[in-house]
Amino acid sequence: MNNGFYTKEVIKHFQKPHNYGKIEDFDGLGRVGNMACGDEMQIYIKLGKNNKIKDIKFETFGCVAAIATSSVVTDLAKKKTIEEALKITKQDVIDTLGVLPPIKIHCSVLAIDALSEAVYDYFSRNKLPISKELEDRHKLIIKRSSCHS
Amino acid sequence: MKKRIYFDYAATTPVDPRVIKAMEPFFNKKFGNSSSLHSFGFETKEVLENSRKIIADAINAKTTEVFFTGSATESNNMALKGVAFANKGKHILVSSIEHDCVLNSGEWLKKQGFEVEKISVDKYGLVNPEEVEKKIRKDTVLVSVMHANNEVGTIEPIKEIGSICRKKGVYFHTDAAQSFGKIPIDVKKMNVDLMTASSQKIYGPKGAAMLFIREGVKIDPLLHGGGQEQGMRSSTVNIPAIVGFSKATEICLLEMKKEEERLTNLRNKIINTILKEVPNSYLNGHLKKRIPNNVNIRFSFVEGESILFSLDSLGIAISTASACSSPKLEPSHVLIALGLKHEEAHGSIRLSLGRWTTSEDVDYLLKVLPEVIKKLRSISPYKKDE
Repeated sequence: MNNGFYTKEVIKHFQKPHNYGKIEDFDGLGRVGNMACGDEMQIYIKLGKNNKIKDIKFETFGCVAAIATSSVVTDLAKKKTIEEALKITKQDVIDTLGVLPPIKIHCSVLAIDALSEAVYDYFSRNKLPISKELEDRHKLIIKRSSCHS
Repeated sequence: MKKRIYFDYAATTPVDPRVIKAMEPFFNKKFGNSSSLHSFGFETKEVLENSRKIIADAINAKTTEVFFTGSATESNNMALKGVAFANKGKHILVSSIEHDCVLNSGEWLKKQGFEVEKISVDKYGLVNPEEVEKKIRKDTVLVSVMHANNEVGTIEPIKEIGSICRKKGVYFHTDAAQSFGKIPIDVKKMNVDLMTASSQKIYGPKGAAMLFIREGVKIDPLLHGGGQEQGMRSSTVNIPAIVGFSKATEICLLEMKKEEERLTNLRNKIINTILKEVPNSYLNGHLKKRIPNNVNIRFSFVEGESILFSLDSLGIAISTASACSSPKLEPSHVLIALGLKHEEAHGSIRLSLGRWTTSEDVDYLLKVLPEVIKKLRSISPYKKDE
């Protein structure tokens, strides 16, 4: 199905999202967006050997694009080391989906932010050293006060 | 292609085959310009005036008080701007849940030096006539309150507001795009000075609408030119569309009573079943003061656009005013005016019924909708079904 607004890939991920749900004994939890803005994502990560993301799950309140990008970003991060996962860009998410309507690009940003926050959460829970880059990114994410900025 | 079910009659309606049939001769057989002084012109002029008579009778107006336009948006623009510029005074009152074409005409008038003030609504979307009375000033030129709201279907106390405006000597306009043809309208009894109605919401073609202007109301035209429509709306008259509009009106009037009852029953069945079967679902708008074909429901913990696309993939067409579905990423001004929080507005959907909505369609909807909500809630980080 192509409805003229979203690509087939977006609709496919929306209808059958991968990796949704909770991880009860997660190692890191990233939470971004808020319901008042219309989309909120939570990404749970569980780490295995060598900081590899053994399991990853998401819970999303939001539109078709928010759910599809959550599905894709969790797919992309699975089995990667956390260092590799942090290198995933919004463009990687968009490329997997083909194309996103311009007003929905912020959903892909939200998805990579949620992942980065999950990693940040893992580091800070375990009192591990946090790189300046990740610290700055974290500050930027929590500073965002207005919707979709 | 699998079956598609349309639950978006408030957006636009298909044209009734009887209307298409009535329009047909006016494309290439009786195609004359109704202003022409020959037999081609006379035959369309005559049909134009017959059409006008049908619509005037439908609202208890004189034929000279009915002016055809190209859309409800045009009629509403003309009512606001035309009255604002033709009269002394600079203050205009509009309800906060008007259609964008009224609100944005108001915004434009502000730039021209007018003061446009909004009238609030209660949690059901109802305007309080007393507030209108309090807000009317010496320099108020126009009050505009819609007859029935397009999103939540609330029917406003037009007669009462009209009577206050009459008493205060202020013109009163109502946008009846969602109510005309669905519930009875009498411009005299309702104390209305100007009223908008549209063809494409009542199984007529797009491109025809009208503005009722009570005799004696001072108003300027938007379009200047050849002087059609008593000089109020220059443009070659769109005869096929107007014939369709009047035929559509005729059918709506004939079938109104029966259809009102049928749709009200289907509407209530949808509302009652959803509220009963889906936890954390709520009705937006008024339970009784509501046009027969409107359902607007809010589901906690899920987002409207997701509901829309999930239903679309099951062949059901609905609409949502959630922020994520709007180009500005802003939630519906109507739901916010009703006092809903942003997150509540995001989870609201509108279902609108019409002439070809069957009880099988409703049953199918009621079968799949609770499943859709359940699935989306299972993805949502918020509270799941109890």
